[in-house]
Amino acid sequence: MRVTESFRSPELVEKLKERIAAISRTPIRIMEFCGTHTHAVCRYGIREMVPRTVEMLSGPGCPVCVTDVRSLDYAMALSMVPGAIIATFGDLLKIPGSRGTLQHARARGARVEMVYSPLDALKLARRNPGNSIIFLGIGFETTAPTVAASIVQAEKEEIKNFYVYSMHKITPPAMRAILDAGEVALGGILCPGHVSTVTGWKAWQFLSDVYHIPSAVAGFEPVDVLLAVAELVEQHERGTARVVNAYPRSVTAEGNRAARETMARVFDVGPAPWRGLGTIPDSGLSINEEYAAFDAEKRFPVDPGETIEPKGCHCGEVIRGVMTPGACPLFRKSCTPMNPIGPCMVSSEGTCAAYYLYG
Amino acid sequence: MEELILLGHGSGGGLSHELIENVFAASFANPLLLPLEDASLFPSPGERLAFTTDSYVVQPLFFPGGDIGRLAICGTVNDLSMRGAAPLYLSASFIIEEGLPVADLKRVVFSMAEAAAEAGVQIVCGDTKVVERGAADRLFITTSGIGVVRDGVDVSAQNARAGDAVILSGTIGDHGITILSQREGMQFRSGLESDAAPLNGLVAAMLAESTGVRAMRDPTRGGLATTLNEIAGSSHAGIEIEEGKIPVSEGVEWACEMLGLDPLYLANEGKLVAIVPAEDADRIVKAMRSTRYGANAVLIGRVTDEHPGRVILRTRFGIKRIIDVLASDQFPRIC
Repeated sequence: MRVTESFRSPELVEKLKERIAAISRTPIRIMEFCGTHTHAVCRYGIREMVPRTVEMLSGPGCPVCVTDVRSLDYAMALSMVPGAIIATFGDLLKIPGSRGTLQHARARGARVEMVYSPLDALKLARRNPGNSIIFLGIGFETTAPTVAASIVQAEKEEIKNFYVYSMHKITPPAMRAILDAGEVALGGILCPGHVSTVTGWKAWQFLSDVYHIPSAVAGFEPVDVLLAVAELVEQHERGTARVVNAYPRSVTAEGNRAARETMARVFDVGPAPWRGLGTIPDSGLSINEEYAAFDAEKRFPVDPGETIEPKGCHCGEVIRGVMTPGACPLFRKSCTPMNPIGPCMVSSEGTCAAYYLYG
Repeated sequence: MEELILLGHGSGGGLSHELIENVFAASFANPLLLPLEDASLFPSPGERLAFTTDSYVVQPLFFPGGDIGRLAICGTVNDLSMRGAAPLYLSASFIIEEGLPVADLKRVVFSMAEAAAEAGVQIVCGDTKVVERGAADRLFITTSGIGVVRDGVDVSAQNARAGDAVILSGTIGDHGITILSQREGMQFRSGLESDAAPLNGLVAAMLAESTGVRAMRDPTRGGLATTLNEIAGSSHAGIEIEEGKIPVSEGVEWACEMLGLDPLYLANEGKLVAIVPAEDADRIVKAMRSTRYGANAVLIGRVTDEHPGRVILRTRFGIKRIIDVLASDQFPRIC
């Protein structure tokens, strides 16, 4: 079956549009916490498909965007370590740190390779025994298990030149931080689809129990997103606050236990700095004692240098959902995909990039 | 022992002559080239000449559906064709990294000869340089081309007018995805192949149907989206296209889904987009469909006087959105 059938069926989309329009009476603000949702909402024009009573906001769902400047500077400093080869996902290449991007570092002679997965970085380590391969670990619960698995694999194969600089974070604490801050009054939460395949949808039960907000785990096709929105609108009208799994073809209640076990085997949970949100306790993953030999921070304690926040950048507010890209004075003027000031415009999952591309 | 290109092959001496005789002249043999003079002479082929040049640095050198040589010929043939010129003569310059297997060079050159024969063009001059290991990435090729434009043919990106039809000659994204998947060693099992092809035959069929063809471009780097923006910008006109009409092969569609890429921004090396008068559109599409490389030709949109300089896409859901140029390379999703 072609991608364009079933979950992109224009007929189903139309039906869901009508359903939402029919049941939505009171205004509801829905926030999503996933860069791919940000992208999907913009790409399919979901905002134009829902009635004016439904407002869709983007939260801190882009793993690159929530990485703070100091961490990026640390990565840049790692790229200057003699014999180091930095292995990174493509998006990180263009995010400005205090002193340029990794692309600049590469142009100045640093070895920086783009990879699609940490297993590619492991391949690099095997092929370049004389170099130190440092993988820049960003991503949430979707990505962290594969990074953990690659570390376990490295240990098994006795690979001695593979390191990970972990900037991994987990999603629920960011949601709590947004809700506790109370800057935006949310009526519903779209839970991240890929993260939920790992965590299981029960991981969002706290949204019902503690915050009394309805939530729906959503997939990424237009039908998926609209189904979840319809569910949230319906609950909002009825005053209920349940967690609903609207992505049953990928997400179960318990999630992927093996993935979580691998994560727990390699990572400790601790405080982590989030761009726009400050330091959030129990939100970051660091490599534990047992696997310390693979921890780039322990092996290469470099000096990231002075942290210089990009001038005039409002990515922090965009990440918290208190500013839409259009409201940022730099958007489309001095900050564009060709000349990005902050990560929200650079990353393919960034809110500003999505608005720019599809808005 | 495997025969390798040595620095000596670029020195201009005996080794160079051997290389030229055994590899280049052997494959590119034609009466204009063979005297191997400093320049080739030919009578002026017509009133209006078209002249173009391009360099090719693709990695890997060989990929499903083609190689750097085929690209080098087709790319230049196509650039001439996009101005409505019939391509005639090409030059071919090679910068070779020391250590390249001669067999690889022969394979590339043979492929160029094949593509040139298919396009009906002759390679009439060339150059070879060899650089030390590390100074070039295996092989770089530059081709320049001369063609002739018939009277009455005026094809330019500046000519699009409100009311004109937008035609696409076939599926998009094939070349871009193939190269990406080859480079990163992804093993997609869907038989992805580059679409590299010479389009002068297709263009000749179109011009035979109507000399009123306004503009043509081949959507190479930056993809269809970037090319349409270039035309819209040059013509100060708006372009509106229908998502549902744009042909994408299933393999490309799924590969893009997996990697989070948009086919609109992927390179094509055997496709063209044409702006033609509305009343000629159906006839031109029909003529295209009867050619080898235009079998999937389709009307995808129209030129409008609204939103001049902008390209708007109407999605399958009836939502309109702006299609901008590619800022820089696309990267797949992380999470």
